[in-house]
Amino acid sequence: MARYILRRSGYMFVTLIFVALIGFLIIELPPGSYLEFEIARLRQLGGDMAPDQIRALEIRYGVNDPIYLKFWKWFSGFVRGDFGRSFEHRLPVSELLWERLGFTVLISVLTMIFSWVVSIIVGVYSATHRYTIPDYAITVLQFIGLSVPNFLLALVLMVFAQQVLGMEVGGLFSGAYRNAPWSLAKFVDLLKHLWIPILVIGASGTAWLSRVMRGNLLDVLNMQYVQTARAKGLPERTVIWKHAVRNALHPLVMVLGMSLPGIISGETVVAIVLNMPTTGPLYFRALLQQDMYLAVTFLMFLAVLLLIGNLLADILLAWLDPRIRFE
Amino acid sequence: MAEAETSIPIPEELVREPVSEVGQMSQWKLMRLRFARNRLAMTGLIGLAVMYVVVFLGPFLAPNDYMYQNTDYIFGQPNSITFIGPDGRFSLRPYTYEIATVLDEQSFKFVFIENRDKKVPIRFFVRGDPYTLFGFIKSDVHLFDVDRPQRFYLLGADELGRDMFARILMGGQVSMTIGLVGVALGIILGSIMGTASGYWGGLTDDVMQRIIELIMSFPTVPLWAALAAALPPISATFTALHRYFLITVILSLVGWTGLARQLRAKVMAYRQSDFVQAALAAGASDARIIFVHMLPNAASHIIVVAALAIPNMILGETALSFLGLGILPPLVSWGALLKSAQQVAVVVQHPWLMIPGIAVVITVLFFSFLGDGLRDAVDPYSI
Repeated sequence: MARYILRRSGYMFVTLIFVALIGFLIIELPPGSYLEFEIARLRQLGGDMAPDQIRALEIRYGVNDPIYLKFWKWFSGFVRGDFGRSFEHRLPVSELLWERLGFTVLISVLTMIFSWVVSIIVGVYSATHRYTIPDYAITVLQFIGLSVPNFLLALVLMVFAQQVLGMEVGGLFSGAYRNAPWSLAKFVDLLKHLWIPILVIGASGTAWLSRVMRGNLLDVLNMQYVQTARAKGLPERTVIWKHAVRNALHPLVMVLGMSLPGIISGETVVAIVLNMPTTGPLYFRALLQQDMYLAVTFLMFLAVLLLIGNLLADILLAWLDPRIRFE
Repeated sequence: MAEAETSIPIPEELVREPVSEVGQMSQWKLMRLRFARNRLAMTGLIGLAVMYVVVFLGPFLAPNDYMYQNTDYIFGQPNSITFIGPDGRFSLRPYTYEIATVLDEQSFKFVFIENRDKKVPIRFFVRGDPYTLFGFIKSDVHLFDVDRPQRFYLLGADELGRDMFARILMGGQVSMTIGLVGVALGIILGSIMGTASGYWGGLTDDVMQRIIELIMSFPTVPLWAALAAALPPISATFTALHRYFLITVILSLVGWTGLARQLRAKVMAYRQSDFVQAALAAGASDARIIFVHMLPNAASHIIVVAALAIPNMILGETALSFLGLGILPPLVSWGALLKSAQQVAVVVQHPWLMIPGIAVVITVLFFSFLGDGLRDAVDPYSI
């Protein structure tokens, strides 16, 4: 087992280096730089920069360096925890990153737990009640969950929460707590706001996972050992939950890693509509403004999040299934 | 064999008995029959066919040009339709009402009130804004419209007073084709990569699999967004249409990996199979084995994977355009239309701005029905 984890982690680090390289190339791709953006803005306001001043800034930010040098400067800094400076916010990227990344991780993990719990329960229910009206209703909901763009769902839920429930919507905190230090009241406030993003981001994943769960369980329920268990006179509850569900969960763990990109992508888009203090809004804004160090660091960390999630999913699978770790 | 069978005398009554044809049908015909029996899948197919016709006839069906800005009807609500004529009796000709602009003294905004006493007839096949259909039919006849100076807004107007109905139809032309083009590109890339990977194995396979893993280790939407942000701004040399094509390329650059993986597994399985071994023993070339023996077998599988990938592409484009990183004006797409519905306050006041979202949901739903139906149809073990 230890060897398997070690090998998998080694893989992950090699992948990370390539991810950094490709991510950097893509972000660096657009012509122009934030400096040009800034100069254009200054000129529009009527001001100007002396050519000497521009040249000094160009040298300071290394705008005209060859790309491999730029990459090396950024990457060597990145490994040491120096992610460069955000041009737009005039702050080191690391100051903007951690809190937002923390919320992204929190929401992603909670969404994952939510969608797993719900999809197992829903999947088991619809498999054991196949072709009944609730099963059809669940199927309809699953199809809708897969076809509604998550930001649209966010909008609809927000309108619902505001108009029907009379809640203050958007963000993760009420106005009074936004800048307050952490306290129990602030935590409770956070919990009150969390349900919308979790529901919205988890919707499509839950729809898909519960579909997978239903199919798996139906396959398992046809097996002879389930019939044997029933024939022994075990109560149906034990047959389902102890014998069938345990074996049906296995393919669900296999797709665990596949559901992660959806959650992380969904989180970044939904955050814009829900006005959440997570990585998404800052990342997309940085892309539009060519604030490259901010953008590339965020992209990098989103990929790291995904890779760690995949690693954990693989380890979990190897732990469950000896065939994989002895491969 | 065939001759030996026919030479056996068959009793008369057996010959007359109706025989099921299933045994003599080709694989493709069986699939077609299985598909046609699936009601949900047929709904998807017919629904999509209707939608494609509607969006491409858009300029004719909508009374206004999708770019026409009416500063007198900013955020105007949908006009209502009545079948009660001015004489108070039922009439076959639909009517709408005259619109009066009133300043709301509380919010200091202009509101549009329908004057219930003044009915305006809706006329059919009338001349209005000129348009070009399918790129070559020039006309100015619209299916329905009202007499000028009034304009008719079936689904309301946006922040510049443009007709939402016309814009949704025009946006459909982009949103409903971007998935198809993207998936077509994805199939080409995925088939080449997947087949090569599964057929030659060894180092080729290793390199391909690492590349796929690398692409898959980026979260999709942020990666798409980063690539889209790298596209040059719209100018005379780089038009909105160029951008449209590059956006499809970007969507397919990420989307081909799934297909490549599945095809690789298929090809690897075929490689062990007897018919490929026989072809190898007979001295067939690699190209012949791949194109004559393997790809036709995998064709149905490729179609299914493609059909199931279309919804994701459509949703991807919608998300990108919603973020302002996808389709840019003068082109519109459903995602780009939804961009103006980003805030709750706007949506509550002007709920008709959400209608493009309904169009997305219906399209994706129909494509999912179609994809699921195809998957069940090509599965030889399904009943």
